[in-house]
Amino acid sequence: MYESLLNYPNTWFGEFERLRRELDETFGGSALPSSIRSVAAGSLPAINIGRTSTSVEVYAFAPGLDASKVDVTLDRGVLRISGERASALPQAERGKVNVYARERSVGKFTRAIALADDLDPAHVKASYKDGVLQISIARRETAQPKRITVQ
Amino acid sequence: MNDDTRVTTQEQAPQRAVLPAVDVYEDETGITLLADMPGVARDQLELRVEGDALSIEGAVRAPTPEGLEPVYAEVRVPRYRRTFTLSRELDPARIDASLKDGVLTLRIPKQAHAQPRRIEVQAG
Repeated sequence: MYESLLNYPNTWFGEFERLRRELDETFGGSALPSSIRSVAAGSLPAINIGRTSTSVEVYAFAPGLDASKVDVTLDRGVLRISGERASALPQAERGKVNVYARERSVGKFTRAIALADDLDPAHVKASYKDGVLQISIARRETAQPKRITVQ
Repeated sequence: MNDDTRVTTQEQAPQRAVLPAVDVYEDETGITLLADMPGVARDQLELRVEGDALSIEGAVRAPTPEGLEPVYAEVRVPRYRRTFTLSRELDPARIDASLKDGVLTLRIPKQAHAQPRRIEVQAG
């Protein structure tokens, strides 16, 4: 019964169904292909990747970490970022403290990103500033674009 | 759309922003608010108290090498904005703010007269 109601376009349910479909299409919740290592939206850290002719830049938005405890590895073209974030909420003296919002994710995390094969694992730089971990990986010389002079 | 119309719409409409994740807790002397704002430097952060509304806003600025072309992006709106309504027993004039590693910490103390105090019962 519900099924037929949902499919009927001129009811309230039909309108909601149409809205849901549109939202899915806009925000990528539909059957679009996604990376096999993708995580739910809002997970820590969010990652942006950019590319220049000489390097690949990975930005991991990971606020409030101890940079010395963040682990970054590059193995066979897969970049792994793992670390842990402690809760900032006071643990002790419960009863005296009321917690109203607990949205910031805490605990261990690992994110893995498959990058292109043309990277040089010997030339990786990582820095942590304002809660953003920036990893810069050089591309191999052979993979860099070359200008060819026409004789 | 030509360039002229784009300029005017940018000026009129507030810039798109996402809600930063926050932790809020209260103890006897005030409220502490932590907000995740990765990529926001101190000079890009704006805190405002208007009446009883506290708003936090920050723009993400990440160092980008020349000729960077985006390949993949989960952070698509480079701005955080969130507004909170304060209640009367909080003292907006004494808010203490610090920003470290992309985490904004605000301490909003209660007015001195709103802090709990023990009332002595006089022996009569």
